[in-house]
Amino acid sequence: MKAFTRHSGVAAPLRRRNIDTDAIIPSREMKRVSRHGLGEGLFAGWRYTLPGGREPNPEFVLNRPEYSAASILLGGDNFGCGSSREHAVWALAEFGIRAIIASGYGAIFYTNCVRNGVLPVCLPDADVEALAQLVESDPQANPVAIDLERGEVRCGTFCKPFEMDSASRHMLLHGLDPISLTLQSDAEIVRFEGARRARFGWAFSPLKSNASEGSQDVEKMKSTES
Amino acid sequence: MSGKTLYDKLWDAHVVKSREDGTALIYIDRHLIHEVTSPQAFEGLRLAGRKPWRVDSVVATPDHNVPSDASERAGGIDGIVDEVSRIQVKTLDENCEEFGIVEFGINDPGQGIVHVVGPETGATLPGMTVVCGDSHTSTHGALGALAHGIGTSEVEHVLATQCLIQKKMKNMLVRVDGVLGEGVTAKDVVLAIIGKIGTAGGNGCAIEFAGEVIEKMSMEGRMTVCNMAIEAGARAGMVAVDDITIDYVKGKPFAPKGAEWEKAEAAWRDLHSDADAKFDVVVELKGEEIQPQVSWGTSPEMVLPVDGAVPNPAEEQDPTKKSGIERALQYMGLRAGQKITEIPVDRVFVGSCTNARIEDLRAAAEVAKGRTKADSVKQVLIVPGSQSVKAQAESEGLHKVFVEAGFEWREPSCSMCLAMNSDKLGAGEHCASTSNRNFEGRQGFGGRTHLVSPAMAVAAAVTGHFTDVRKLGKA
Repeated sequence: MKAFTRHSGVAAPLRRRNIDTDAIIPSREMKRVSRHGLGEGLFAGWRYTLPGGREPNPEFVLNRPEYSAASILLGGDNFGCGSSREHAVWALAEFGIRAIIASGYGAIFYTNCVRNGVLPVCLPDADVEALAQLVESDPQANPVAIDLERGEVRCGTFCKPFEMDSASRHMLLHGLDPISLTLQSDAEIVRFEGARRARFGWAFSPLKSNASEGSQDVEKMKSTES
Repeated sequence: MSGKTLYDKLWDAHVVKSREDGTALIYIDRHLIHEVTSPQAFEGLRLAGRKPWRVDSVVATPDHNVPSDASERAGGIDGIVDEVSRIQVKTLDENCEEFGIVEFGINDPGQGIVHVVGPETGATLPGMTVVCGDSHTSTHGALGALAHGIGTSEVEHVLATQCLIQKKMKNMLVRVDGVLGEGVTAKDVVLAIIGKIGTAGGNGCAIEFAGEVIEKMSMEGRMTVCNMAIEAGARAGMVAVDDITIDYVKGKPFAPKGAEWEKAEAAWRDLHSDADAKFDVVVELKGEEIQPQVSWGTSPEMVLPVDGAVPNPAEEQDPTKKSGIERALQYMGLRAGQKITEIPVDRVFVGSCTNARIEDLRAAAEVAKGRTKADSVKQVLIVPGSQSVKAQAESEGLHKVFVEAGFEWREPSCSMCLAMNSDKLGAGEHCASTSNRNFEGRQGFGGRTHLVSPAMAVAAAVTGHFTDVRKLGKA
C-alpha cells in the first residue's frame, strides 16, 4: 500500500453534505473485476454532461482549469456515506486524489481510504469552509499542505492541527499491508477459533458436509438447480 | 460496574486480540459474498498466493447484476445482455469454483439478494459476526448478530485471516415505544428514525433498536429496520434475541438441529442488553406519532409523513442545509411547499434487501388486490428477494394479484435499487421505491427516487401519485 507522510497540492472544494459513494462512482461506472480503470468514472454524474458520456461538464469543479491537477478534496460532512463500494476510493486514487478534508466520513469509506493510501483528514466544518474560501481566490497559487507526521493542515496563514486514530495513522505513514500484519497473529487466531468451535459449534454450521441434517436440506435446495 | 449492552456482548465474544493502537482483531463467523465487491479480493489473494482461512464460513450468491426479467434470466449467465455484468457474475462462479466456496448460482433455487438469503437459509444466526462487502449487511443484526458492511480490501482481509481489524464503536440505543397505527410499517419506523437523527446521526455507533414497537415487530420487519441502520450512519444495527427470533431461526436449513440446537438456544437467550447497561447515546420515538413516510429529497434524511409538504429553503437558517434543500428540490423537480400527495409517480419498485421478503409482498398484494395500476404509471416492478420468497409468494397466489393489477412479476435480483442491471429509471422520472437510497442517480441517471413502504408504493401505483394508504378505502 502507498504510504502517506506529507503531501502538498491543489485543493478543490466540493462543499456538499452527504456526498455518497454512488455520486463518487455511479454503479454504471463500476462494472469491473479489477481495481484499475475506475478514475474515468469518478463523479461521472456531475463531471460529464450525459450518462456514460465523456463530454466534460464545464461547471463541475474538477473540470475547471483553475483546479487542474487537484489532488485534495475539501468535502462536506458525512463524506463518502452510503454504499460500501471501494471502487469509490480506487477511482479517487486513480484520478490523483491523495487526501480529503471534511468534518466527517461514512465509516466504511473511511476504512477504504486508509486501506488505499488516501488520507481522510477530519477538521471542523468551519475550518474546512475557511480553507475553501482561502483556496477559491486562486487555487493554483494556494496549495494545501498536509503533514500526517505532524498532524497539520497548512495553506498560507491557515494552520490547523488534526487528529487521527493511531491505527489508521500508523498504517498510512508506513504503507502497511494489514493482512500481513494480522497473519503475524495467526497462532492466536487458531487458538481462538479452536476454543470458539468447541463451545459454539453452531457458529461453524456445516454448509457443505453431508453429515448433518441441515446439509441435506441444502443438497435438496441445490439438487433442483436449473 | 454497569452491565453490558448487546453490542458489548457480541464484541467481547469475538475479540481474538486487543492491540495497543486501540483496535482489536475480531473473529468473523460468517462471510457473505456477491459478484460486485468480491472479484478484486480474490484477485488480491491470488497475487499474494494466499488461500481463504476457513472456506466453509463463506456463502456466495449473485444479486446486483442478475436480470429480473424472466426472458433475459432464462439464459443463465450467458443470457445476461450487458457484457460487464455477465463477466462479474461469471467471475463469481469461477472464484467460488476455484476456492471451493458454496454458491447459490444465478438460477439456483437458493439464489437471491444476499441479505435475504443469509437469514432465510440460517446461514446467518444469532450471536454470529457477519460481514459482507455490502453496506446493507446491517440487516442480519435483526437476528441478534453483529453484522456490518465492509470494503473490498476488508473482504480480502477476512478471506485471508478470518478476522477484521476493528475499533469498538459507541453504543447507541434507539427506542421506539408505544404501538404503531394501522398502515404504519417497519419501513416507516426506520425512515422516521433517519428523519429524526439524520444520515450522520449514527456515525461511529452500533445501534440497538428496542422498545415495544420493535419487540412486537416480526423478524422481517426487524430486518427492514436494521437494513437501514447504515442510512443513519451506523455500520451495524441490531435487535435483542427473543422468542420471535428463536421461532424464526428454528428449522432453517443451516440452523443447528437436535442437541446442538438446545446448546445454541441457551447461548442465544443471553443476547440482549443487561437492564443496567449504559448507552453513549439514546434516542426515543413514540410509535403512535409515526405516520407513513415518503422521502422527498436526495438523502434518506429528507423524509416526511405522507400528509406533509416539501420544505421551503427560505425557512432554513443553516447555509449548508439551505443549499442542500435547494439542490435537492432542483434535482427532484419539486417546488417548495408542494404537498407530498401531489407528487406524481412514473414508476414503482417493490423489492431490494430492504423490502423484498414474503411479508413485504403480502403487504403489497393486500393493497393491490382488486385494484389496477393507474394509467399514468409506466411500470410497476414487483421483485421478490429470493427464489424461495418467489416460490412462497406464488404458492399463495400473490403473483396473480400483481399481474391482474397490471404489475410485472419478476425474478429475484437487486433490480431497480441501484441501476446495475437492466432495471433503471429514466431521467426525470419519479419512482415510489421500497429500496433504501434516494441518492442522485441511484436508480438511473437523473432518476428521482422516493423511499416508501411496500403498501405505500402500491398505493402510489394505483392512484398515480403518493397517497396515504390508510385513506384508500375499500377496493
